[in-house]
Amino acid sequence: MSIAAIVVVVLAAILIGAFGIRMSRTTSDFYVASRTVSPLWNASAIGGEYLSAASFLGIAGLLITYGADMLWLPVGWTGGYLVLLVLVSAPLRRSGAYTLPDFAEARLESMAVRRASSVLVVLIGWFYLMPQFQSAGLVFRTITGAPEWAGGLVVAAVVAANVLSGGMRSITFVQAFQYWLKLTALAVPLVFMLLAWRSDGFPGLPPGDPWALPLHGREHPLYETYSLILATFLGTMGLPHVLVRFYTNPDGRAARRTTLVVLTLLGAFYLMPAIYGYLGRVYGLPATDTVVLSLPGRLVGGMGGELLTALITAGAFAAFLSTSSGLTVSVAGVIAQDILRGGVRSFRVATILAVVVPFALAGTARSLPVATVVGLAFAVAASSFCPLLVLGIWWRRLTTVGAMSGLLLGGGLACAAVLATITGGPKTGWMGALLSQPAAWTVPVSFTVMVVVSLLTQSRVPPGVARTMVRLHTPERLNLDRGDWRPRSL
Amino acid sequence: MTGKPRRVVVTSPRTAAARRPRHPLTREIDEQTRLGEVYMRSLVRTQFRLALFVCTLLACLVGGLPLLFLLVPDLRSAHLLGLPLPWVVLAGLIYPAFIAGAWLYVWQAERNERDFADLVERQ
Repeated sequence: MSIAAIVVVVLAAILIGAFGIRMSRTTSDFYVASRTVSPLWNASAIGGEYLSAASFLGIAGLLITYGADMLWLPVGWTGGYLVLLVLVSAPLRRSGAYTLPDFAEARLESMAVRRASSVLVVLIGWFYLMPQFQSAGLVFRTITGAPEWAGGLVVAAVVAANVLSGGMRSITFVQAFQYWLKLTALAVPLVFMLLAWRSDGFPGLPPGDPWALPLHGREHPLYETYSLILATFLGTMGLPHVLVRFYTNPDGRAARRTTLVVLTLLGAFYLMPAIYGYLGRVYGLPATDTVVLSLPGRLVGGMGGELLTALITAGAFAAFLSTSSGLTVSVAGVIAQDILRGGVRSFRVATILAVVVPFALAGTARSLPVATVVGLAFAVAASSFCPLLVLGIWWRRLTTVGAMSGLLLGGGLACAAVLATITGGPKTGWMGALLSQPAAWTVPVSFTVMVVVSLLTQSRVPPGVARTMVRLHTPERLNLDRGDWRPRSL
Repeated sequence: MTGKPRRVVVTSPRTAAARRPRHPLTREIDEQTRLGEVYMRSLVRTQFRLALFVCTLLACLVGGLPLLFLLVPDLRSAHLLGLPLPWVVLAGLIYPAFIAGAWLYVWQAERNERDFADLVERQ
């Protein structure tokens, strides 16, 4: 049954990709057309791309292991959009930037900063893709008994084929549909499981079990909680596949409204993983990333349980495919544009690179919980692009040198911590906490370096900063000179 | 020069002309005159203050909760309507709070922009 669900989702993805070839709209056509997309559709598309395996499967597994402190993960992954809304959304849309490197170039008028941003986008994308493939392998093995690399290979191959054909991505409605599919795939089984829980007489935790209490279950709970909060709240704005979707808003005002809807949609979704985690703990299921899949069988059982498991499996594969496609397009675009020479052939090579590297990493790196590794990608984004965006949008005195130093030092330190954690496995003691949750020290380092170096190099303030500020902040209805910069990705 | 200056009769005080800038304000902003810069800085500052206000509220809420649980251990095991309090807050109530904050922000930010646009277009 669940195998059939996987086949259906994968076939649907391939078919959509194949139709994409026939439609074969040019990029600019797509952007013109997309201007008519309403905030609800746009927000659903953002949600569809954003809710990855980490949200769909990972949160419940981590909750069972570590208890209430892990509730901060979904809170941060939603609250990140509030920070993004307030500090970034409208100015970012008005900048006209299509990728993060575009924004760096537009604001700082420097190709060097653009290239540094490109490298960071690629690294964040790879750190994010790797756990998606690992997780796909785990689910595939659980369902079919195939070796662990097989599921990752299926997802990687479908995503590469789709991105090469140019299908998947250009259809906002497909990504929007993925959000509603994922929401349904968690909500429907949840209703049946709550009914089963009721007919069991509402079993609870054994008395005296400290699992449901916060600040418990890890070595340095307070540090790790705050670091997690920083990484998730500030990292959301620096994710490469999220930013692109903002471009499909007609103006800054619509970008804000879209973010508001995204926040609502995510809030609705993230009410559920917590209940899955709680039920998993109550019924004593093992704490793995597949706990969400095994819950319906345990609680409902029989044919109904199998059907519900199939539905969840479909949702999980939708999560693997949609997030991976979004990330792969963003990473491949940046590799083709800024690291290779650009053009169609570069994009093909770049797509292969964008998929093969994280796939190889998935095979060699330690198999950590998917939500942990995705959290690390957030930490890198929070320590590099968050300061770049926030200071770039609100502070005129940011200089090229300052931005560059902050990106390299903050992003570099966070990347080093991530690599140490995913290759060496989680270490113990303070060293382990600092490396596995780096945001609490790398984010302040990055902000401080950007500000201090900028103040020391005030002669390097970009000459067009006043015009850029007009571009970023004035409402579109005013007829003003906003400069003639255009993103080169278009 | 000697003697009193010649008396003149003021027939039109031209008060309106003194108040109104010579160019439309959009041109002041385009040409980055001092006046245009003053307007731009005021817009950015207003929006930044609003953003900072929301971020501070958020930081107090989100940063305060773990601290509260640390300092008042009884709260960790407290119950609200039969459910553990930390779960009611972190897995439930905090989401509507985010949405309410976001909605208020959008409303105020759009108002700031409308005010700015009206001000610039008025004359």
